[in-house]
Amino acid sequence: MSIQNIDNATRRNFIGGVFSASAFVLAADLLPETLWADTSEYLGKAAASALKPSLYLGLEPDGTVYIVTHRSEMGTGIRTTLPLVAADEMEADWSKVKIEQAIGDARYGDQNTDGSKSIRGFFVPFREAGAAARLMLTRAAAAQWKVPESECSAVNHVVTHTPSGKKLGYGELAVAAGKLPVPKASELKLKTRSEWRYIGHTAKDPKAIADLKDITSGKAVFGMDAKVDGMVYASIERPPVMGGKVQTFDDKEALKVKGVSQTVSIPPFTPPYTFQPLGGVAVVANSTWAAFQGRKKLKVEWNNGENASHDSEHYKAELMETAKKPGKVVRNLGDVDAAFSKGKIVEASYYVPLLAHATMEPPVAIASFKNGKVEAWVPTQNPQAVQDTVAKALGIKVEDVTCHVTLLGGGFGRKSKPDYVAEAALISKSVGKPVKVVWTREDDIKFDYYHAVAGMYHKASLDEKGKVTGWLHRSVFPSISSMNDEKSMYGFNVEYGMGLNDMPFDIPNQRAENGPAKAHVRIGWLRSVANIYHVFSGLSFADELAHAAGRDSLEYQLELLGAGKILNLGAQGVGEYWNYGESLDRYPFDTRRLRKVLEIAGEKSGWGKRKPGNGWGMGVAVARSFTSYVASVVEVEVDKTGKIRIPKSYFVVDAGTVVNPERAVSQFEGAGVMGAGIALTGEISLADGRVQQGNFNNYQVPRMHQAPIQTDVHIVESNELPGGIGEPGVPPFIPAFANAVFAATGKRVRELPFSKAKLV
Amino acid sequence: MIKLKVNGRERSFDGDPDMPLLWYLRDELSMTGTKFGCGVGQCGACTVHRNGDAIRSCSTAMKDVAGKTIVTIEGLSPNGDHPLQKAWAQGNVPQCGYCQTGQIMQAAVLLKKIKKPSDKEIEDGMAGNICRCGTYQRIRAAIKTAAKEMA
Ligand code: FES
Ligand code: FES
Repeated sequence: MSIQNIDNATRRNFIGGVFSASAFVLAADLLPETLWADTSEYLGKAAASALKPSLYLGLEPDGTVYIVTHRSEMGTGIRTTLPLVAADEMEADWSKVKIEQAIGDARYGDQNTDGSKSIRGFFVPFREAGAAARLMLTRAAAAQWKVPESECSAVNHVVTHTPSGKKLGYGELAVAAGKLPVPKASELKLKTRSEWRYIGHTAKDPKAIADLKDITSGKAVFGMDAKVDGMVYASIERPPVMGGKVQTFDDKEALKVKGVSQTVSIPPFTPPYTFQPLGGVAVVANSTWAAFQGRKKLKVEWNNGENASHDSEHYKAELMETAKKPGKVVRNLGDVDAAFSKGKIVEASYYVPLLAHATMEPPVAIASFKNGKVEAWVPTQNPQAVQDTVAKALGIKVEDVTCHVTLLGGGFGRKSKPDYVAEAALISKSVGKPVKVVWTREDDIKFDYYHAVAGMYHKASLDEKGKVTGWLHRSVFPSISSMNDEKSMYGFNVEYGMGLNDMPFDIPNQRAENGPAKAHVRIGWLRSVANIYHVFSGLSFADELAHAAGRDSLEYQLELLGAGKILNLGAQGVGEYWNYGESLDRYPFDTRRLRKVLEIAGEKSGWGKRKPGNGWGMGVAVARSFTSYVASVVEVEVDKTGKIRIPKSYFVVDAGTVVNPERAVSQFEGAGVMGAGIALTGEISLADGRVQQGNFNNYQVPRMHQAPIQTDVHIVESNELPGGIGEPGVPPFIPAFANAVFAATGKRVRELPFSKAKLV
Repeated sequence: MIKLKVNGRERSFDGDPDMPLLWYLRDELSMTGTKFGCGVGQCGACTVHRNGDAIRSCSTAMKDVAGKTIVTIEGLSPNGDHPLQKAWAQGNVPQCGYCQTGQIMQAAVLLKKIKKPSDKEIEDGMAGNICRCGTYQRIRAAIKTAAKEMA
């Protein structure tokens, strides 16, 4: 079996194949328990489990360093960023580093590249792997020279004996170092910040993107580009209504299409839907095009089931109605009802429709079933979920599924749900050949795991000085938990902890509630997740309150945050606060950091210098998400026809220690574009249980002129632990944008997308 | 039998004349730098040059490239060092990278037609190319950098 250009490291071939027998291979999972004791605290639940991350770092006698990344590359730069960390601590010469993509294997620890947590989870283990290598190389040199270790230093691939000036290259030391015992954690000396050469130093540096040249020359291998000998192609007709089943089908005409060899039935999922395929009929052919053509000729009768009457218009009315009624209390501080008995009352309802991920590369997977085992080549954010899902679908063992990870043409959460891989594996088993399942754009948009539609209701009381005395936030949405429980009517702590029960404002009386809603489509996480609707409504409402109080919005948001402190949400009736999977000791909720980014955003953007109105305005919003603190200022121009242009946007980001600032900046630029798209045109709707959109003509994402023309990103210098980068930009951008539209036009847009609102 | 020239090499094709060029390039010639993004001419990921013009290969049938000269990203420059490719590297333009070959092929024709495009001309010229990751401001800057170098 051959596969073009995909380098993979597996435990089997890594030591035997990638490295020569004499190579010095440092497998971090071979480090003594004491080292892991430190890292497990850092990793939280993942490392506390029986399976611990095994980071590989190898050095060949020719000086080549191999660093294995076990996380997936979908545009964040993580394939470069984690190796930079290990290389820096190792004092490796970056030009001698080769990056190897890991296969799915639980022994690597968490590989689910989701939740903006790669650096949070693996910064320390990668530093330790590099530092351990550096120490072993230093010891090997000291032993060879018979001098004290303390007289030697390792810098840029060379160990030097300082008094004598003797030098040995890393390659020359590889074999001897490989024979030494792996040092204990207590022996490791991590570099100080001032000694870092790569970490934090990537601005304008070609190190920022390891795959750059392959990408610009068309050589990079995405999942869509992978090829396996003897492979056939498949395209699948899926039930148009979620939960529907094939009643009968006629493939006579389909089989007449030149190149089509057969059709394969894919069984419907057994509820709950999880990561199972939706079911349907696959057309198998000798080319992608023939498979598409054959599929068009299929005649399928569907049994659509109970979701066939689902309709977004009615559903929206229901959500908005539910949001007006008391729901399940998920945070309760003081007494909002008492607060609401006095002062000025302001209330407003908000709505965000379903959204599709629409990654530039649609879902695609190759799977090959042979002798009871599956080998797969997939653009996936979660290769271990691929193993589990395929194993379950075929009734084989998890270890009999090998998942190779290609580059991803975008992920945004869609590609952590491997239904498309299970499809390929089922078809391969049936046809006895490797199969590539290609989703069309229409498949992608019509059969997504959608970002939840949500209705929110906010109510607040203001005293005579315009100060907020009470705030009620209600949210109603079909929950992601419906994935595992089809009867689910309520959200869970992950969704609550994204802007609902962790509103950062210093208000004595606050209540957050969640009302019931049933899912009629597959619901899943999409970049930034529930923050999208919670932060949009919460920070739009903050702007409304500022307006009601006759105050400047930025000043008012600072006042809402109060003097700034470590927020003790547990004492505020939140119960179990999720905190993005981190302990509050390590990642406290610090509203001083929110104040700081907001203040800097005011300075950088020239906030308040120009009078808004007449089609020009600025909006601002601030939020903590994925443990990072971000302020966004958006400047808009609205012309006489209602067309919106975003000449400028600003992000101020406190994400603690930032490893790859250059890629971090690009993530925030991209967050502005995605936020603009969600606000301007993002909407998936259903009628008769069927998704109405199907391609970029009716599910519009921003084009160059619709995106912010220029986004300036300011990263706050910080020694704090690293926070998330990929997701925290989207949440504050959307309300900042809506607030800017209000400033420019006087029109408050409470329902997304803006394209439905009359702005002039 | 359809004859065409792809990146300087003569090719002949005797399959379905209605098959889009995209699938011929990808499935038959294994030139996978040209991407499938939408299949209906909406996203530009599949952009190639036909007799020097930017076309969407997903919506161009094989019968419409008979006797034509096609250039794909693999043939844009011998070593991946077209001024645009260099400008793309200098500006660290890509995120996931999936749309970028189409963006570069589109920009190459834009710069051939307009030596020093204005912001508006760049926006108009690139409006057919979607980047879902949102690298537009860097694409815009890289086009300007390349225009300078080519001047
Ligand atoms: S794939 Fe051709 S324009 Fe989108
Ligand atoms: S870089 Fe990912 S779509 Fe453009």
